[in-house]
Amino acid sequence: MSTATPAPAPLTAADFASDQDVRWCPGCGDYSILAQMKKVMPQLGIPRENIVFVSGIGCSSRFPYYMNTYGMHSIHGRAPAIATGLKSVRPDLQVWVITGDGDGLSIGGNHFIHTIRRNVDLRVIMFNNRIYGLTKGQYSPTSPLGKVTKSSPLGAIDNPLNPLSVAIGCEATFVARSIDVNIKHLGEVLKRAAEHKGTAFVEIYQNCNIFNDGAWEYASAKATKADTTIELEHGKPLIFGKNKDKGIRLNGTEPEIVELGKGINPDDLLFHDEKSPEPTLAYLLSRMRHPEFPEPIGVFRDVVAPQYDVELNRQIESARAKKGEGDLNALFNSGETWTVA
Amino acid sequence: MSTTTAPEAPVTHKEVQHIPSATIRFAGDSGDGMQLTGEQFTRTSALLGNDVSTFPDYPAEIRAPIGTLAGVSGFQVHFSSTDIFTPGDSLDALVVMNPAALKTNLTDLRKGGILIANVDNFEKRDNEMAGYEGNPLDSEVLEHTYQLFKVPMTKIVRESLKDTGMSQKEIDRCKNFFALGLVYWLYGRDMDATIRFLQQKFATKPEIIEANTKALRAGWNYGETTDAFASTFQIDKAKLPAGTYKNISGNVALAYGLMTAAKLSNKDLFLGSYPITPASDILHELSKFKNYGVRTFQAEDEIAAICSAIGAAYGGHMSITTSSGPGIALKGEAIGLALMLELPLLIINIQRGGPSTGLPTKTEQADLFQAICGRNGEAPVPVVACRSPADCFDVAQEAWRIAARFMTPVLLLSDGYIANGSEPWLIPDVTTLPKIEIKHPGPIENGEKFLPYKRDELLARPWALPGTKGLMHRIGGLEKQDVTGNVNYEPANHQHMVNTRAKKVENVALEIPLQEVEGPANGDLLVLSWGGTYGACKTAVEACLEQGLSVAHCHLRWMNPFPRNLEKILRSYKKVLIPELNLGQLRMFIRAKYLIDAQGLNKVQGKPFAVQEVINEIRKQLGLSSNGQPGREGTGAAVAALAGAGDSAG
Ligand SMILES: Cc1ncc(C[n+]2csc(CCOP(=O)(O)OP(=O)(O)O)c2C)c(N)n1
Ligand code: SF4
Ligand SMILES: [Mg+2]
Repeated sequence: MSTATPAPAPLTAADFASDQDVRWCPGCGDYSILAQMKKVMPQLGIPRENIVFVSGIGCSSRFPYYMNTYGMHSIHGRAPAIATGLKSVRPDLQVWVITGDGDGLSIGGNHFIHTIRRNVDLRVIMFNNRIYGLTKGQYSPTSPLGKVTKSSPLGAIDNPLNPLSVAIGCEATFVARSIDVNIKHLGEVLKRAAEHKGTAFVEIYQNCNIFNDGAWEYASAKATKADTTIELEHGKPLIFGKNKDKGIRLNGTEPEIVELGKGINPDDLLFHDEKSPEPTLAYLLSRMRHPEFPEPIGVFRDVVAPQYDVELNRQIESARAKKGEGDLNALFNSGETWTVA
Repeated sequence: MSTTTAPEAPVTHKEVQHIPSATIRFAGDSGDGMQLTGEQFTRTSALLGNDVSTFPDYPAEIRAPIGTLAGVSGFQVHFSSTDIFTPGDSLDALVVMNPAALKTNLTDLRKGGILIANVDNFEKRDNEMAGYEGNPLDSEVLEHTYQLFKVPMTKIVRESLKDTGMSQKEIDRCKNFFALGLVYWLYGRDMDATIRFLQQKFATKPEIIEANTKALRAGWNYGETTDAFASTFQIDKAKLPAGTYKNISGNVALAYGLMTAAKLSNKDLFLGSYPITPASDILHELSKFKNYGVRTFQAEDEIAAICSAIGAAYGGHMSITTSSGPGIALKGEAIGLALMLELPLLIINIQRGGPSTGLPTKTEQADLFQAICGRNGEAPVPVVACRSPADCFDVAQEAWRIAARFMTPVLLLSDGYIANGSEPWLIPDVTTLPKIEIKHPGPIENGEKFLPYKRDELLARPWALPGTKGLMHRIGGLEKQDVTGNVNYEPANHQHMVNTRAKKVENVALEIPLQEVEGPANGDLLVLSWGGTYGACKTAVEACLEQGLSVAHCHLRWMNPFPRNLEKILRSYKKVLIPELNLGQLRMFIRAKYLIDAQGLNKVQGKPFAVQEVINEIRKQLGLSSNGQPGREGTGAAVAALAGAGDSAG
């Protein structure tokens, strides 16, 4: 046959929009994340039918309904487990997990840590709004101490979790953070996550303008963000501030803020190394919290390690190669048998 | 394929008595190797051509303190020259390795039965550990009620192995093989199969092979040469249907059945599981078969286990999750998800005594309510139950056939008694088993909209696989519109969807066989049973039929939906009796559904029914006197004093 099939037109963000009406509150940070995801998708060069979004329950977990890919809106906290099963049997698919701070760290905390330690080839995107949005405003595992909500009228008294510290504690091979309104940065981080092999964990600071408006104001507002966040770049010193005049230096094992000039050079600063085999540096960075420190955004860690899904399938293939395809009749008739005439 | 023909019985010079069947039990401390001993006896008897049925019974503790009642482990074998369906009610022979084993097992030994005791383990301290004041073996009651053989097993084994260079501890570990050898002699069994087993298992440890073989022979010789035993017994081959057999436990049969179902449907198998007694052996078994395309995932908990299976089902695999009651409780929400998603999935419950952690190593069938009702909302799933070890093989295939045909999770119930018990299995030729047809919709190239909840005539939706062009769709646990699958909260739509999901499960009745009955098609009493009580109920009804009673037996495989003709059957008898190892769960459904005043025989002691218990209840229901004590022969108060009253670990 000689009919040349014309190359299909490249996909656009619009091709990734499903026919469903988006139902988040107007002004919700989730819109921005959805827009960036749809923008990133065509850049990956993966056909839509080979992409699956799996989510749990929460405002954020409605996400799969809005993507014109395969998708599953599952049950609260369990998306990583479902995605693990799917990826284990279908290594050909690119599987994304969409979760919230409550979904991923509270009810789903167990699956979260085990998925990461197994390094299953999944992209786990956590929309962190420091609140339970869907259930209308209770404090979440990432709400700060003292947070007054419907379920904590006198202020939350449980110490919050830091999602990145948890992920790095589980030796996540890819860890990153971005901000819903920092759209260019967010797009780049999502793309990096998509390209990673193994579990890629991304925390996105997401504003819930209904129940926790302004939770990330310090990190997203134009006026403050240069001083309250620090963009990580591999191999570069940690410099921040509107005038790029401040940096992070290690004092023993503790980070400290220093002013550049006055005898302090960029060379004296902490250099970011996302490829460091030990998670120590990434962990240290994850501990830098507002207001004491600027909070790092970008890729904290990006290393290569064995993936559960790959190893599982490798065992199957090598067993088949070594022993041949199993023969049930042979199996059943092996061992001790007897014949009745 | 290594077919072994039945070995010749070893030659004894003593008198040989022919008997149709016997039930024996090995009982000792958890560390005494009683399970292995029982398994060996079973294998040898099966190879000899007997029908066999076993009942291993062990404590939940891996190693309870040595010599205590709690640490007693037992293995019962019923072997016969005729078809049998239970591991036997009362024992013809009991081997006890210590006083605790005597105390917890004696009540099961029939009057006049053979009692073999390792007398060396009845020292003052051993007796005290079991709560005896003196040495129970000195009791005249024992002497008079049973044929008591006090055998110095430890001494003889030490003597025969003294030149092996092994430590005393290692030598003492061989005494179960002495006991085995002695019982082999008693029942005219060949030792070859066990010696072969030792050679394979300890191929790299010749000294262990030699020591255990010596101990085994010493046991055989003890029977043959001492004056203690006057005669041996012979039990001829059973007349089983022609074919090649293998002795198989319920859990292994289930694993094989699942692999077969995968093969017949041209799928690879995925198991998501979290270890729990008595289901773990399915995980262990399936983990071995990587070259059969079996992927096993040991999840972080039962929720992740079923969720991973849901993910794999979405990806197009034959997916299963295995657990026991406590784990099934954790899976509840995800089962609901699977039925909302309408994906095929097998959820396997190897029931154990509950509630909560309950009796981990003991059997019960009290999870039927959980299986049928244990989810939020109107959440029907088909439920199927295995009746015996070999039956697990067939049920696994039938369950998968229904799950795939109807796009639904199916709950499969087995129990600890079936899972660990074993019986001869007529090995099928897999190529002749009926194929399980599964179709997946192909790609859509013309931009037409794919409708994930468009149903076929039986109300099943299509199983569309990710990776298929043009079929991109989203599914979830929220209520959805029929046909399109879009989220929908409209009142009438919800009613329609709830009705549709219920109707779909009812439609399963159209695809399962009609119910059969053993015995007369109408009469005074129908015994209706399900699950692991099959053998006891069948045997009891057969005995009653022989006595001329008007009784029949109906054993259910499908618990939800019930077979279409069940009501007609139930109404063909004046009375319905439902024996169950629970407080009347099937009975509740039967009464609710058919308004039939079914009666119950209910027991929750972590043990299966004795045949006699069922016979007695049948007679009682028919207004007749009972013709024997439930389960065991009356052995009088004196024996009761020697036996642990009710605190049996057996
Ligand atoms: C088993 C279960 N428990 C509780 C809920 C109720 N619930 C739904 S979403 C949610 C919290 C969601 O918070 P988060 O994950 O942070 O998502 P957000 O809505 O903030 O995006 C809760 C408690 C549920 N759906 N299922
Ligand atoms: S409640 Fe908050 S998180 Fe949920 S949709 Fe509304 S704004 Fe967004
Ligand atoms: Mg939240």
